[in-house]
Formats: sequence, structure tokens, C-alpha cells
Amino acid sequence: MRLYFKYLNIHLKSQMQYRASFWLMSVGQFFIPFMVFGGLYLMFDRFGQLQGWSFFEVALCFAVIHLSFSLSECFARGFDAFSSLVGRGDFDRLLVRPRSTALQVLGSKFEFTRIGRLLQSSFVLVWSLANLPAVWTFPKLLTLALMIANGVFIFTGIFILAATFCFWTIQALEVANVFTDGGREMAQYPLNIYEKWVTRFFTFIIPFGCVSYLPLMYLLDKREGSELLPMLFTLGGALFLVPCLLIWRFGVRHYRSTGS
Amino acid sequence: MSRNKDWIRLEGIGKSFKVATRTAGLKEAAKALFVRKHTVVEALKDISFSIGEGEIVGYIGPNGAGKSTTIKIMSGILVPDGGSCSVMGYTPWKDRTDYVRHIGVVFGQRSQLWWDVPVLDSFELLRDIYKIPDAKYKQNVAMLTDMLDLEKILQMPVRQLSLGQRMRCEIAASLLHSPKLLFLDEPTIGLDAVSKLAVRNFIKTLNKEQGVTVILTTHDMSDIEALASRLLMIGKGALLYDGSLEELRGRFGTGRTVTVDYRGDSGPIDIQGATLMDWTQERAVYSFDTEQIVLADIVSRLSEKVEIVDIAVTSKDLDEMIVELYEEHQI
Amino acid sequence: MKAYVSIWRLRFVNGMQYRAAALAGMATQLFFGFVFIMIFAAFYSGSSGGEPISLQDLITYVWLQQVFLSFIMLWFRDQELFDLITSGNIAYELCRPMGLYPHWYSKLMAQRVASAVLRCFPILFITFLLPEPYRMSAPPSWASFFLFLVTLLLGLLVIVSISMLIYISVFWTMSPIGSILMISVAGEFLAGMVIPVPLMPQWLQSIAYALPFRWTADFPFRVYSGHIPVTEAAWGIAIQLLWLAILVIAGQWLMRRALRAVVVQGG
Repeated sequence: MRLYFKYLNIHLKSQMQYRASFWLMSVGQFFIPFMVFGGLYLMFDRFGQLQGWSFFEVALCFAVIHLSFSLSECFARGFDAFSSLVGRGDFDRLLVRPRSTALQVLGSKFEFTRIGRLLQSSFVLVWSLANLPAVWTFPKLLTLALMIANGVFIFTGIFILAATFCFWTIQALEVANVFTDGGREMAQYPLNIYEKWVTRFFTFIIPFGCVSYLPLMYLLDKREGSELLPMLFTLGGALFLVPCLLIWRFGVRHYRSTGS
Repeated sequence: MSRNKDWIRLEGIGKSFKVATRTAGLKEAAKALFVRKHTVVEALKDISFSIGEGEIVGYIGPNGAGKSTTIKIMSGILVPDGGSCSVMGYTPWKDRTDYVRHIGVVFGQRSQLWWDVPVLDSFELLRDIYKIPDAKYKQNVAMLTDMLDLEKILQMPVRQLSLGQRMRCEIAASLLHSPKLLFLDEPTIGLDAVSKLAVRNFIKTLNKEQGVTVILTTHDMSDIEALASRLLMIGKGALLYDGSLEELRGRFGTGRTVTVDYRGDSGPIDIQGATLMDWTQERAVYSFDTEQIVLADIVSRLSEKVEIVDIAVTSKDLDEMIVELYEEHQI
Repeated sequence: MKAYVSIWRLRFVNGMQYRAAALAGMATQLFFGFVFIMIFAAFYSGSSGGEPISLQDLITYVWLQQVFLSFIMLWFRDQELFDLITSGNIAYELCRPMGLYPHWYSKLMAQRVASAVLRCFPILFITFLLPEPYRMSAPPSWASFFLFLVTLLLGLLVIVSISMLIYISVFWTMSPIGSILMISVAGEFLAGMVIPVPLMPQWLQSIAYALPFRWTADFPFRVYSGHIPVTEAAWGIAIQLLWLAILVIAGQWLMRRALRAVVVQGG
């Protein structure tokens, strides 16, 4: 953990060397989800509601997913940008160091410009919370924090899977977008508006449902029940990391036997 | 010097890769959409050697001969298909994290330093990666700063350093954790003469004073001449030569070239046992083998016909010997 | 002309090599198509009717977006060109006996076409076979179909000339990312990539209509479904041509100025 912060520190120092481009990029990153959110707003402007969900309820869902996404893009960017690391042959360098490869890859890159995205989703979060007084209880806010944290785990897990893929080929990497960008686009709306198979896939295989839709139902009093259960749901995100890391180890072993 | 002769021991190491073949042209590109051909390339075939503690070994061979594959296996990056390898009692690819604490690796063409921050920051990160105790870290930085003359550049960001300065920092970076074995992959590539000498001198001192074992790959034979007492040559995946430099000299060192300046009128003169390379109005060049004919014979044969003004004899340099060795093995 | 053809060919062959990339891209585009359609369908299911575009036409609209993604997305990055400009290696390009503007133009276009050719037919084929309500509909008449092809092609020319302007702007900004990111995000929004132009409120539609972006995507797609009738489409083609002329002339003028600056800089 200490090493991780060291990495963080050194990357922050490097990125601050290019202040102008850093701020420009951050502003750009602010605008991307802003446009998507604008689209969402305009759709509600025209249609009023979405299968019983109000604008602010969906906005909360949007904020949770986008916060998770931008946090993981910022802190797990090393996996997201892994293809270039392997392409440069720099993975060999990590293998001659006495630390776990996962930690070193994690520390190989941070993208602090995602602060723009983070800010945008924070605004949405605050705005939607301000209009959803029902959420203002301690257990619910705690659940919300857990949702975001575990969302980060899910995105990180997907990044790890995509990175593992690079050991075989870096060509088909675009397919990972289905789960990162696609997962984000999809989970920013409550999952029940989709077809059954989609909902199931994104609950049981990639557990976005565990960090957005399912606990959200409790937060918004759409379903009664204990306060503990939704918190337990969110842990599905952390659980998802386990197989991802196992597959990563398998990928590293493959790399070391083929050296491709 | 060598305390333990089998400090590093490779036995029957083999490694092959699968490579996709690609052909040019629009039609072929379309075809490749559906079928793709693979060929198996044997990068290493049955490589065996041992290296003693405290040696400096030059590892040479043409591009694609399997040099870097061997280095990757010995440094624990790659797992071979077969054979065994033990370094300081470890099997590199099995005990990776324990093993790599004891080795340092410099890839001459790639950097391990962070581009935008001062060199010292990179060093401190490495300290944490290798969990180097503070006292030892300070001592090592002081020693390396002194030996490699880093004083002025430690506070500079890497992107502002010259290639020579950067290479010195790279080498220092891989020695912070006091490894007992150092792999140097083309450490002098692209360096100017002064930096080359500085790097070589440092490696020599390091080997002598700290007893660090060094394995060095290079294309620059003057590196080998300056540093290595022993030479391993690999070609087409097989070990072709393992021995000292002197031995190599002895093997190819009997060839000489003699250039004779003369006065007088004569056509080319054939001498048995020597090969005429060039004949002009006032200069003749022969190559010969000292085991077949001695210089005095050539001189006396020539002086029968012309008046000799000057004689210069040269023996082959290392580069030529290596090329000859390659030719001998047809690689 | 032959030189442009061979640049084109080289790029094309290069793009074709990436078989796995193409497959992955197709899967991605299909997936996104599904997601967008489901979201729109969910909104429509609660509506009382009277929407400015039918769900059927909207589904076609979404599929066309996905099928021709490489024709219409603004952000089709060519790292090589960026590097060329920022590293100053542009001098090499200037040594070649061909105009830089047409050279880059054909390069950028070839890239888009190569990527589209590999992807669009399989996706198109699949979308016609999907079960209802996801199936893509055929155009209502041959005239609509024919006009669609014309408008799509013109749209491609327009989008390449817009991206040329982006590349030229790098001569001044030197940092390719930040500002360009914003332009492309705004441009794609105004082209109807986030929500279809007909679903935008009136004030936003007027903005979208006044800018070139929607003529590259929204317009041809609605011509296809017949949402824009044939006669109106003919007028639209005239506007596309006008935009194309304006953008190309502006691009060439700016490029000349930029290059003059480079030459001066280089001494």
C-alpha cells in the first residue's frame, strides 16, 4: 500500500510538469459526461419519466456509475493502458522486480485528468441528492458510498480482464469497450428497463446490478427490506475482482511461457 | 577469483516460439482475414553452460540469434520449454520474486527511470519497490554517485539528460539494491567515446571491488575486449563458442596481412603459402598464415625481384575474427 | 492522381489486416445499438404518442449510426498525423511532390472507408435478421435508398473536411487533445449521436440545423427511413455541397497559412 502511494506521488509530480495540457484535458473530460447527461436530461424533458423512474432517481444512478468509472479510470489506469506497456516491451522490466505484477501495473499509470469527469459526476450526485430527501439517512448514505466503491472494483476488474487479453492479442481489445464504456452507458440507467437477458448478464456475470440497480431500489424506497441486505449486495463488486485477478495470473504465466 | 564455478548453470535449455506469417498485397491481406499461417521458430536449442561467481562474461551473436531469449530466461522473465537452469541456487522462473531481489537488469534500449521527474525520485521509488533498508540505500546512493559522477544530475528530470548521463543513471538504478548478478543488455549502444569509457571503467571496478558477476550482451566488440575475460557466442539458437578471448585469438590469430612498399619494375609476384591481395606500382599486399609461411620467407622472395622500402604487418582484429567465426558456422 | 490512389491502397491494406479488431468492433457496435434501442424503447413505452419520430424509424436511425460509425464519428484519430505535426517532422511531408491537403484528405478518408467496409456489411446483414422490434427496416422506396447513398457519401466528405480542420488546428495549439476533445464531443452531440436530432427541443434543433455536423449523420439516416421525404432531401444535398465547399476552401486556406508559419519557424 505504501508503494502504491509512492507511485501515486511520482505520477502526480510528472503530470504537474505539463500544467496547461493537464487543465485543458481535465476540462475536456468534464464535457464528455456532461453531454451524455445533457442527453439524459433532454430525454426526460420530452418524456417526463422512464418506466416509473423520475429524472432525479435516474440522475442518482448516473452519478454512481460515472463516479465509479472516473475513479477507476484515474487509479486503475495502468491496466486500462496496459496494451501500450506490453507493446513497448516494458512488461519485462516489471518481471525483474520483486513485487507482484498486478501492483506494479496498477502503479504504472494514473490519469489525474479524470478529475474533470469526477467533478461533473459529483455535481450530478449532489444535485440529485438535494432533490431526493428520502435518501438522507445514515445507512442509506453509507450504502451509497459502498455502491460507488464497489463500482470502482467492477470497472477495475474489467480493466484487468482487458489487460490480460493483451497477452494474447492487442488487436481485439475494442471488445473490452462493451464492458467498460458499454457497461457504463447501460448501468447509468436502472437495469430493469432492459431486456431480461441483459439485466441478468449485468447482474450475475458482471455485477453492475449489485452496485446500481438492486441497492438503488432500497435507497429510493421502491422495495422494503432490511438495511443490511443492500449493503451486502454491493460487495458483489469486490467479489468480482477475485476471478479477475486469478485470470490475470494465468495471463502472466502465459506471457512468461511465450514471451509474445 | 571464481569462488564457485557453477554459480550459474544452464543445462539443455530449449525454447521455441510460434510466429504468424504475413504476406504482402491486397489479395493476401484479404486471405489472411480467414486463414493465418503459423511457423514454429526454435529460438534456443539445447543450450548449456556455467558461469562462476565473479566472472564477466560477454554474450554475443548476431541479431535474432537467441541472445535476449537466454537473458530473459536467466532473469526469470521467460519460462523455457525444457532444460534446467540454476542461478545462486534459484530456478529463476520458479522463485521469481525471491530471485530477482539478487539481480540487476539494464536494458540498454529501454528506460526504467521516470521521464518527467528528477532521477533521485526514481531512485526513491526503486528503494520502496526493492524494500531497501534506509542505511543501505543511503550508502549505495553515495557510492554510486561518487563512482558514476552523478552529483550534478541527480536533481534533473530524466528528459533533460544526455544519453550518456541517462545510461549512467540507468546502471546506478539497477544497482541500488546491491545485486550480486548484473545483466547488461547493450549498455553502450549509442554512447559517445567518453561515456563508453566511463561505463566500462565503472563495470570493471564494480566487478573487482564488489565481486559482482556481470553478463553482458553487446554488438560492440571493443566492449568485450575491454571487459570480458570470457566469451559465449550464440548463433541460430545454438551455443557456438565458449572460451576465453585469448583462445579465440589463438584460433584465428595466426592470420596476418603484410603490406610492402617497394621500388622497381615487376609484375605481380606469386608466393606459395601466401595470397596476393593487391599489387600496384609501388605497393603489394599479401595475406598469409603464420603456420604455413613465415614473414621472413615472403620478404626474401620479394627482395629477389624488387627493392623493399617499407613493411607493415597487421593481425586480425576481434571484429574480423567474429565475422569469420560466424562464417564458419554459416550464420 | 496515381499517388493518391496508392496512398489510399496502402492505408486500406493496412486497415484490412486487423481482422480481430474488426470482429471486436462489430460486437461492440452491435451491443451499443442494442443498449440505445432498449433505452429509447423504454422511454417510448411510457409515452402517450405524438413523438416527432416513430420508434421504428428511430431503431433504423440507431442501427445506421452503428453500422456507419467510422463514417460519422468525428474523433477518428490518426496518431501519425498528430506526431508529424507536433514533432516537426512535417518537413519530410513537404518534400513530397504532392499537395499536403489532398494527401492527408485521402489518407483520412481511406482509413474510414477501410474500417467501414470490414464492419458495415456483416452488421447490416445481422440487423436485418434480428427479431422484432430490433430489426432494421428497409427504406420505403428506391428513391430514398439512392438519395441515402448520395447523402451518406457527401456526409463522409464533409466529416473528413471537418476533421482536416481539427488536424490543421494542431499546428497552432500543438497539443492535440484538450480543445479538440471538446469540439468533437460537442460536434457529435449536435450530429445526433447522443440523442437523435428530432428528439431535441426546438431551440437545440435550430442550432444543430445551422451547423455542419448534423449533415454528416442525422440527415442521411433520416433520408434512408423516409423521415425526410425525397424532395426535401434534394434540397439537403445542395446544403451538404455548400458546406463541403466552405469547409474545403477554409481548410486549404488555413493549411497554407499554417505551413507558411512552419517554414518561417524552420528558418
